[in-house]
Amino acid sequence: MFAEHLLSWIIFSPLVGAVAILFVPKRLPNLMKTLALISTAIPLWWVAQLYNQFDPADAAFQYVERAPWIKAFNISYSVGIDGISILMVLLTAMLSFLCIVASWNIRQHVRGYFALFLLLDTSMMGVFCALDFFLFYVFWELMLLPMYFLIGIWGGPKKEYAAIKFFLFTLVGSVLMLIVMVVFFFGSAEPTTGLHSFDLMILADQSMHQSLLLNTTIRWLCYFALLINFCIKIPVVPLHTWLPDAHVEAPTAVSVILAGVLLKMGAYGILRISYPLLPDMAFVFAPYVALFGVISIIYGALCAMAQQDLKKLIAYSSISHMGFVVLGISVFTNTTAINGAVLQMFNHGTVTAMLFLLVGVIYDRAHHRIIDGFGGLAKTMPIYAGYTGLAFFAALGLPGLSSFISEALVLIGSFQQYRVYTITATSGIVLTAGYFLWTMQRVFLGPVKEQYAGLPEINLREVFTLTPLALIVVLLGFYPMPVLDLIGTSLKHTVDLVLR
Amino acid sequence: MTTEAFIVDNIRSLSLLGPEIVLSTGALLLLITGIAIPYWRYRMVFTLMGVAALGLSLLPLMVLPSPGGNIPYLSNLFIWDWLSCFFKPFFAVVGGVTIILIYGSKEIEDQYYHESVFLVLVITIGMMLLTAATDLLMIYVAFETMGILSYLLVGIKARDLRSGEAALKYILYGAFTSGIMLFGFSLVFGVAGTTELSGISQAVASVSVQPHNRLLLITSMLFFLVGLLFKAASFPFHFWCPDVYEGAPTPVTAFLSVGPKCAAFALIIRLFYPLFATREGNELYTTATGLDWPAILALISAVTMTWENLAAIPQTNVKRLLAYSSIAHAGYLLMGLVCLSSLGLRAVVFYMAVYLFMNLGAFAVVAILGGTAESEEIHFYRGLGNQSPFVAVAMTVFLFSLVGLPPFAGFVGKVYLFVAVISREIYWLAVVAALNTVVSLYYYMRIVKAMFLEPATESHYPDISLGSQLLLIALMIPTFGLGVYWQPLAQIVGFMF
Repeated sequence: MFAEHLLSWIIFSPLVGAVAILFVPKRLPNLMKTLALISTAIPLWWVAQLYNQFDPADAAFQYVERAPWIKAFNISYSVGIDGISILMVLLTAMLSFLCIVASWNIRQHVRGYFALFLLLDTSMMGVFCALDFFLFYVFWELMLLPMYFLIGIWGGPKKEYAAIKFFLFTLVGSVLMLIVMVVFFFGSAEPTTGLHSFDLMILADQSMHQSLLLNTTIRWLCYFALLINFCIKIPVVPLHTWLPDAHVEAPTAVSVILAGVLLKMGAYGILRISYPLLPDMAFVFAPYVALFGVISIIYGALCAMAQQDLKKLIAYSSISHMGFVVLGISVFTNTTAINGAVLQMFNHGTVTAMLFLLVGVIYDRAHHRIIDGFGGLAKTMPIYAGYTGLAFFAALGLPGLSSFISEALVLIGSFQQYRVYTITATSGIVLTAGYFLWTMQRVFLGPVKEQYAGLPEINLREVFTLTPLALIVVLLGFYPMPVLDLIGTSLKHTVDLVLR
Repeated sequence: MTTEAFIVDNIRSLSLLGPEIVLSTGALLLLITGIAIPYWRYRMVFTLMGVAALGLSLLPLMVLPSPGGNIPYLSNLFIWDWLSCFFKPFFAVVGGVTIILIYGSKEIEDQYYHESVFLVLVITIGMMLLTAATDLLMIYVAFETMGILSYLLVGIKARDLRSGEAALKYILYGAFTSGIMLFGFSLVFGVAGTTELSGISQAVASVSVQPHNRLLLITSMLFFLVGLLFKAASFPFHFWCPDVYEGAPTPVTAFLSVGPKCAAFALIIRLFYPLFATREGNELYTTATGLDWPAILALISAVTMTWENLAAIPQTNVKRLLAYSSIAHAGYLLMGLVCLSSLGLRAVVFYMAVYLFMNLGAFAVVAILGGTAESEEIHFYRGLGNQSPFVAVAMTVFLFSLVGLPPFAGFVGKVYLFVAVISREIYWLAVVAALNTVVSLYYYMRIVKAMFLEPATESHYPDISLGSQLLLIALMIPTFGLGVYWQPLAQIVGFMF
């Protein structure tokens, strides 16, 4: 009974925690935090078990649960995972848990914060597990509500602007996806019953597509609409402008989730929805998508170089790093690039999470994030400087750390198909190294500023949130096979779908 | 049929008027009680009587035949079908919530209290009759019962200038448009020679081959639209709406934004589909007179939602903002009517059911928070999330549902409409509606922002009574519940068309 519904337990246990938190009396904030911790720790434990039992050689979905939900529209509650989803679920479970720990010093509206955070957790898990387009959409949109409030209430000075901007951008994309979803509903039918369906398996079966979906213009428009939606989320230049604002204003833990998980949903959506549903269009669009991926790499890096605010810098570096993902998933001549891209999704999740946590640490102490405002921090906070150094070197792609492998895989894979793009993208790595090293120099080296001479060193709780991520970064830098083994079969399956 | 059989038959069919008869009795008792007891002391009595009358009026539905049979009664004046039976409880809920809101509202003075409850009951009767009527004369009588009494209800704050102005605007506009609609009725009678809808629809099919008759029919159809779009508050007959909604007492605004509006949509379904469309197969219709009226409605729908959503953005008065939003929702509802399919009609009715709860809920919050001109401004809502989180969360739920975000019912309603429109491949309208959703998010979120994101001002919120809280919960349950599981409602609307 339990094992059959393991995925549902993982998805909904944070929600149960959120509801429980609503009933905790106001004077017990620590109980609320503990509840939040428990309701993210338990799914993390379950996800670990899932990881152990998962069979990576099988391209089909595993742990599938199906139940009819709304018969009138043939909507079912169906969830399941393949290699790509389990990696994302793993990332989500881990980061959610660490973020709860990192949010321990939240004092304002504790109940609301943790309840919304857990709701966010549920919706993210749901997105990565859903196998029904309708369910996917519901979880996708459900994410917006907690995110709006998390940025809007606990954010920085321009929080209202950032929150509504995030909301509006994402909603533009989602309503486009809603229309595509309905077009697909009418465009295909179940083989046995003839009913329209939202089931992604059925929608992906090209032989089920009926007249509506046989029209090339419609297919083109559908793919384009989906692409806009997912590219807003990734975000791909020029649809990225919400991201720096949202990051700068969001509280630390929310930035971590935003960069670590939410951005991955865009790429995940392309792999889970766009490619299987419209493989022919995926092939048509790929060169243009790759171009925008490269533009993101270069533009993001250049923008990052010009930033004064540490968080903004990391935000732009995220755009740059996600550009590699976009480039990688647009390659169909081999599976190297796409493997690298999905590995990059995971690596970017861990590395950026580290970066934002580290910025949070310094912001809690110095109450600002201006790069030129620091200096010589390596003397006052050596351990902190060590962790930051590791994260920075990982982000700039130092060999031996995780991002190097994923970026190298993407570049190796894409060279065959997009030669000019790949060469251009490589220069992005140089720029990245440039701005990270320059930042490092300005923040940690040089003379110690006297007002920061007495900054307390990073504390145990913060070390606790950073260490697991640092270990993963180092481990995957030397031996990426645990992840590559996990995703290989599913990605090969996806590429085969497009090429067929 | 012999005369005797005819009379017996009519007397028998009186039983099908059970809900309306119960309600009329209740209304009259209320009026008498209002004269007999000192009105300034017993607001509670009137409220209970009103709500009880509405509740009891639904009891006959349990014993009367199930609505599947499409039974015409009272010499074809009315029909007993799913549509009419669906709207009886629908309007009872509208009336009941309004009466409860009137009870808590300080806007309506004691001396007018029992009269306003009485008016709500009678308008509810009018709306119930309107959705069941199948005869042009009966339709007009019910339409005016609803109309004239709602003019009175708007002006019930006798000493308030805004209320008086609103009533005057409403009455002038209303009289004009329903006059034109009546003229349209007379033209149709001239062409068809009968006032029964079934007779007219047969006549329309046969006479519309002749050009001069067709011209008459098209003219009358446009005249119908004037009256109906006025009541539905859609472009281009919506200009009264923001002023009237702002001027009327808030509970009355809540009532108007759901009751007469939905009645008008029910009437469009009643009038337009049987008269001006012919059914083809199980699901689809085609236009009967040669005029492509769905295209006109589609245009009206697109303009209504776009214009009003844009107009709502700069509003600082919450009531006015919600007025514009309710006009925009009329635009969404029209989307279902342009589809010429059963799916479209189902979507309209489904959306109305959802809209009932979420829109009443939003207005209920406005009503509960006061009723002074000051309390209607958005900046009054600042810091509400801190001071009374329950009301703020309730308002947020209703507003998110109005935007159409999952997991709230408004989302499902929107999906229904999108499904209907896309199934007929009217993509442009779907795209317009989708983009309008984004625009609407912006202005709804201004209220949410004020409640949660902005620091509190020294606004003095009234204490929220237990009754108000229960009312909000009662409206929140369906707003959330229908967003998560709407199979029962889907089944009911599936029976209708």
